[in-house]
Amino acid sequence: MAKFQETTRVIVPGQTYAGIDDIVAEPLERDLFKTPRWWWISLSIALPIAGLWLFSVIWLITHGIGIFGNNQPVAWAYPIVNFVWWIGIGHAGTLISAVLLLFRQQWRTSINRAAEAMTLFAVVNAGLYPILHLGRPWVFYWLAPYPNTQGLWPQFRSPLDWDLFAIGTYASVSALFWYIGLIPDFASLRDRAKNSFMKWFYAILSLGWSGSAKAWQRYGRAYLILGAVSFPLVLSVHSTIALDFAVSQLPGWNNTILPPYFVAGAVFAGFAFVLILMIPLRKVYGLKHVITMNHLENSAKMMLATGMIVLYGYALELFMGWYSGVEFERYTYWSRVFGDHGWAFWLLIFFNGLMIQPLWFKSVRTNTKWLFFIAVMVSIGMWLERFVIVIVSLTTDFMPSSWGDFHATFWDRSLYFGTFGVFFTLWLLFIRLFPAIASSEMKELVHHDNSHGHSEVHS
Amino acid sequence: MSKELFGLAAEFNSPEDIIAAAKKASSAGYKKMDAYVPFPIEDLPNALGQKETRLGWVVLGMAIIGALTGFFMQYYANTHYYPLNAGGKPMNSWPNFVIITFEFTILFSAFTSGLFMLGRNGLPRPYHPIFNMEKSGNITNDKFVLCIEAKDQKFNLNKTKDFLASLNPNYVEEVEL
Repeated sequence: MAKFQETTRVIVPGQTYAGIDDIVAEPLERDLFKTPRWWWISLSIALPIAGLWLFSVIWLITHGIGIFGNNQPVAWAYPIVNFVWWIGIGHAGTLISAVLLLFRQQWRTSINRAAEAMTLFAVVNAGLYPILHLGRPWVFYWLAPYPNTQGLWPQFRSPLDWDLFAIGTYASVSALFWYIGLIPDFASLRDRAKNSFMKWFYAILSLGWSGSAKAWQRYGRAYLILGAVSFPLVLSVHSTIALDFAVSQLPGWNNTILPPYFVAGAVFAGFAFVLILMIPLRKVYGLKHVITMNHLENSAKMMLATGMIVLYGYALELFMGWYSGVEFERYTYWSRVFGDHGWAFWLLIFFNGLMIQPLWFKSVRTNTKWLFFIAVMVSIGMWLERFVIVIVSLTTDFMPSSWGDFHATFWDRSLYFGTFGVFFTLWLLFIRLFPAIASSEMKELVHHDNSHGHSEVHS
Repeated sequence: MSKELFGLAAEFNSPEDIIAAAKKASSAGYKKMDAYVPFPIEDLPNALGQKETRLGWVVLGMAIIGALTGFFMQYYANTHYYPLNAGGKPMNSWPNFVIITFEFTILFSAFTSGLFMLGRNGLPRPYHPIFNMEKSGNITNDKFVLCIEAKDQKFNLNKTKDFLASLNPNYVEEVEL
């Protein structure tokens, strides 16, 4: 494939409709045995890790929740930290596809599909955590209202039940949004398919899409509505998760700033993960003329903006702790910064606060190595943030006699490590079987580019 | 047995060409026709004389139904079916019901818009007459096809064929049903 120079436009000029299809479909149409070696190597790393995840889950179900380090008072430990971490990552995908759609930000087009896939796979990991954490995961459906012989209803006043509805809605609507977006591209792959298996595979997935103008009209409206409902949805999901904490009375959790600052943190972590995934993807698939420097730079700007909001959240939390005048609140925040687990707080400030500051410079925002490095730092920082909020707050609540400590066990770590295997296995299958770039939307962009002159796209 | 005709299809190269062709076909009085294109083109439904979709209204209606379902499910469970005093809160402690009500609203509207769109488009449907075009695969790639259906009142095989040819397409093809 020809080399394209780096550009800050949305896409490199001079693309054709057929050319877009070629770019998008090329990696999918290769013979199974011509799948690039890096793909097999990555899969052979990801699959055993996913296996470790499966083994940990089986071990958990057969031996019970005691294999984790959870205790009293730290009843919410790694499972909730990791749950919040993964679902936060998912939020950037929805934000890119829905919010940028509504604001008509054209730069979303090249990366929305892959970002939505990231959302789905992150939600798979996130959604399973609270269920596995239940102790008796096989009766998780007791959270749902369903007709039962005991005549019982779930407790709708509990934030834990709100969680079920928020995450359930989020997972299913994200999957729908993603699939609806894929239908025209599946049709395109169906029509290009050379062998009968691929033709059959994509024909089923495309549901018989014909591309009629009437169908496109309804499709466009449905897609816009899905975007419009996903926007408040994504805000509500992470707010609900924040309410799991904020509704309780625990010092360090009972805080009105939690919902907005959780949402900002989610977007922050999500854009970092988008960068972690896109930088290698555009390189190995030769997509530098479609996923351009403009996309990376915009993601970096989003990361910087939301990162600063998160920093403000940290500062305000500490201030409110002091300003409340409540002894327990004051002590909690004091011990968060200077207590036994103070190292976690300072590392958090280092990763989330200090490490993003170079993003003020354009030379850093347009340097893929720097961006990748900072994105990894932010991901670690956001994990530490949840560690500080969940675990450190729980260790020292009200009465010193009820204080405790937390130590992660092997299974805590293996399950978390395993989720990466699950994520990357799904991700690798996705980029091999499904179009990672929304080709019909890209064609629309090419049409726009052709008919409205070659103006720079404002973003 | 003579094959039944679905319509006459003409293939064009660009969005501008198909919009121009659709406008001419509309003003020539053709109604039962549709264009088949690789990506949504803003002015095309208008040029074909297609009405605005009513999807938005359907979704609004279902959103309201979703909100009512969500709220009254919780209201009924907490005040009538199984009143349970939790922390001395009133039985109808509606601020606690806001989130689930909201999620029901979103769930109903999202699935209505997705599934209603598919249903009205007749999907899933593995067969469509336009697939009988020899090069129908180009539609999802980079070609733009206008098809005037045989059901149209003004349809006349020879006249319509001449009319389509006058629009300067790549070719005109008879499409079987």
